[in-house]
Amino acid sequence: MAISGFFSRLKQGLSRSTQKLTEGFTTVFQKRRLDDAALEELEERLIAADLGTAVAARVIGNFRRTRFGKEVTDPEIRSALAEEIAAILAPVAQPFIPDPAHRPHVVLMVGVNGTGKTTTIGKLAHGLAAEGKRCVLVAGDTFRAAAVEQLQVWGQRAGAPVIAGAQDADPAGLAFDALSRARAEGADLLLIDTAGRLHNKAALMEELRKIIRVLRKQDASAPHSVLLVLDATTGQNALAQVRVFKEMVEVTGLVVTKLDGSARGGVVVALAEAFGLPVHAVGVGEQAGDLRPFQAADFARSLVGLEDAPV
Amino acid sequence: MFEALSDRLSGVFEGLRKRGALSEQDVSEALREVRLALLDADVALDVVRDFIAKVRERAVGAEVLRSVTPGQQVVKIVNDCLVDALGGSGAVGLDLNAPAPVAILMVGLQGSGKTTTSGKLGLRLRDKSRRKVLLASLDTQRPAAQLQLEQLAQRAGVASLPIIAGQRPLDIAARAMDTGRREGYDIVILDTAGRLSIDLALMEEVRAIRAATNPVETLLVVDAMTGQDAVVTARSFNEAVGVTGIVMTRMDGDARGGAALSMRAVTGAPIKLVGVGEKLDALEDFHPERVAGRILGMGDIVGLVERATETIDQEEAEKLARKMAKGTFDLDDFASQLRQITKMGSLSGILGMLPGVGKLKAQIADANINTKMIHRQAAIISSMTKAERRTPDIIKASRKKRIAAGSGVSVQDVNRLLKQFDDMSTMMKRMNKLGQKGLMRQGLAALMPGGRGPAGGRRPF
Ligand SMILES: Nc1nc2c(ncn2[C@@H]2O[C@H](COP(=O)(O)OP(=O)(O)OP(=O)(O)O)[C@@H](O)[C@H]2O)c(=O)[nH]1
Ligand SMILES: Nc1nc2c(ncn2[C@@H]2O[C@H](COP(=O)(O)OP(=O)(O)OP(=O)(O)O)[C@@H](O)[C@H]2O)c(=O)[nH]1
Ligand SMILES: [Mg+2]
Ligand SMILES: [Mg+2]
Repeated sequence: MAISGFFSRLKQGLSRSTQKLTEGFTTVFQKRRLDDAALEELEERLIAADLGTAVAARVIGNFRRTRFGKEVTDPEIRSALAEEIAAILAPVAQPFIPDPAHRPHVVLMVGVNGTGKTTTIGKLAHGLAAEGKRCVLVAGDTFRAAAVEQLQVWGQRAGAPVIAGAQDADPAGLAFDALSRARAEGADLLLIDTAGRLHNKAALMEELRKIIRVLRKQDASAPHSVLLVLDATTGQNALAQVRVFKEMVEVTGLVVTKLDGSARGGVVVALAEAFGLPVHAVGVGEQAGDLRPFQAADFARSLVGLEDAPV
Repeated sequence: MFEALSDRLSGVFEGLRKRGALSEQDVSEALREVRLALLDADVALDVVRDFIAKVRERAVGAEVLRSVTPGQQVVKIVNDCLVDALGGSGAVGLDLNAPAPVAILMVGLQGSGKTTTSGKLGLRLRDKSRRKVLLASLDTQRPAAQLQLEQLAQRAGVASLPIIAGQRPLDIAARAMDTGRREGYDIVILDTAGRLSIDLALMEEVRAIRAATNPVETLLVVDAMTGQDAVVTARSFNEAVGVTGIVMTRMDGDARGGAALSMRAVTGAPIKLVGVGEKLDALEDFHPERVAGRILGMGDIVGLVERATETIDQEEAEKLARKMAKGTFDLDDFASQLRQITKMGSLSGILGMLPGVGKLKAQIADANINTKMIHRQAAIISSMTKAERRTPDIIKASRKKRIAAGSGVSVQDVNRLLKQFDDMSTMMKRMNKLGQKGLMRQGLAALMPGGRGPAGGRRPF
């Protein structure tokens, strides 16, 4: 992977996304006493970053206990707040590491519509291929128009074979066949794409459970990872998404996409508090190289609008 | 996790039962709760601030009507303001008044639903408006995006612009309009690639496309689950291309949809359509009054409570609505509900308040609730001990015998009642799980045992 290009791209994205908030903070906190009014404004800034009212209140509540009444400059206050948030995020910042004991390590990619599942599979396959891992992709979205062709393009980019079935074929059957093939070929990873589905649609959630049941007929420990892909633009509904997907398909980790945009993905803080699920990676663009590990400190600093985030 | 606003407010106004005008202080306290409810519904902070100011203006000094509590009065004012802010009652349609071919430009962030909505629009304009529609994909970014639109066009039975590999978006746009003119299309729908509002190069590109095609409608397609970023997106797209209408997709989910309010406030453009599913026919007109209730998290519980107060005891009704919203429900509540049903005469009246029950109404009528049966059931419950009513699970064979004897019925009757209660609490739990939004979307069908509507399932009552 071209690491340097990768980094500068992310940095570009992040600095763009923090610009707005930075402006807000600078005007709010120039050499100022950290009093009620200041804390309230700070709390509002966190709400505006999608942390949610309850989490923002809690973060500020803790903050107030230690800092109330002090004279502080703007960068000081933001760094301190970032540390507070980073402490919440640190335990969930866990990179995605496939287990070589499984051949293949089976990954099921799930999430609501349009979050970036297919793209993330492409990026993952690309990155893993660069590490010398052999991936097989499964076009488990047999529903949406041209979903198969979309994954096939990604397969080509990553140099990974794509197993596909007919339009509207049963994704569980397809996944089952793909697993036998991947086992026979001794692939390192099997990355299964699935159709986007809203968590409140019981029948569609049941379809996912069926994929898992069927995979387990061949390998009782599969799938080894169930990755839920979240869109950073999503607000408080992300909590409901995680709750239901976790309950229904035992999600093992999260990927947060579209962090190169203006949304800051603050709901991740609420998710870390509520569920403690690992956040493996973040998507920062539409190209193959635009996936990187989730870094608690950097993410927290970008949330509070620190431009100098060491990305 | 999200309390209904009416719940929150009833807390605020507890003990405050005085009549007369709403004071500044009453209103301020209530508006704090309104603010939280709106923020939890993802309405953007700045938009909430302006909105609260408007509500305050209207609420302070407002007379509390005789028949309602101050809390209900505030909810009503909030609801009215929200409907206004969302565009007033009634739907705003697409404006297609221009010489053919009329261009419709679809813009938005990545994955918001532009391509799917283009397909849906194609179908709708073909079927309902009898127009000759051409779909054209200007998306050269996302893998297989043009193919996706082509397949959707086929499914919708409308034409799509032949794909020429390597052609740039602006050139495709020109070719689409040209084809539209030459081949006599009424409407040309231009689907564009998803783009970030902060991506200046791509925003410039869409501006150029707009200038070249002069669309009568430029529709910003946004996900109903969008959070606080909605304002940034709406502002950037509006500044770049002048949004004429908004399409909210994924309204079939259970998001509160506060982004609707943010988008509308920032752009001033009406929300014209909502996507309610992945299939091509899942496109509906936007009704502000429905979405207002959804944002406030009340469903139509306000209507439910109001209607109920006409016939039954107010406190009981409020308790019922609360229990329904929370999904905690025991045999005592069941009994008190049975009592209310006899008072109201018909269950369909109260159920009719909830959206999506149209189809079920006939079945409910069929269920033929007769008062004698209800009295018998009430008698059975009253023969139970307090513990039994609270945790019906402990009612095993010997207890059943005792209860049957006590109320003068057979053990089967006791079983039937317990089963009915079981179904009902399953329903309540589902209701809780779905949230108000799920309930609104899928209607009561989602609550039926068995999951998918009344066919074959058991009745909840
Ligand atoms: N800017 C940006 N765009 C992204 C990112 N990840 C995905 N996208 C874009 O988001 C859009 C949707 O991505 P998909 O991978 O098709 O999403 P999906 O979850 O597979 O969608 P469905 O299968 O339809 O549910 C595409 O235009 C992607 O290019 C990201 O990290 N940043
Ligand atoms: N449940 C539901 N899904 C929808 C709705 N509208 C679109 N989708 C789904 O959302 C996903 C993304 O839709 P697309 O139409 O590809 O989105 P797009 O904006 O064209 O995406 P890009 O071109 O990548 O920016 C697909 O899985 C669609 O089926 C809706 O109203 N409800
Ligand atoms: Mg996909
Ligand atoms: Mg598209």
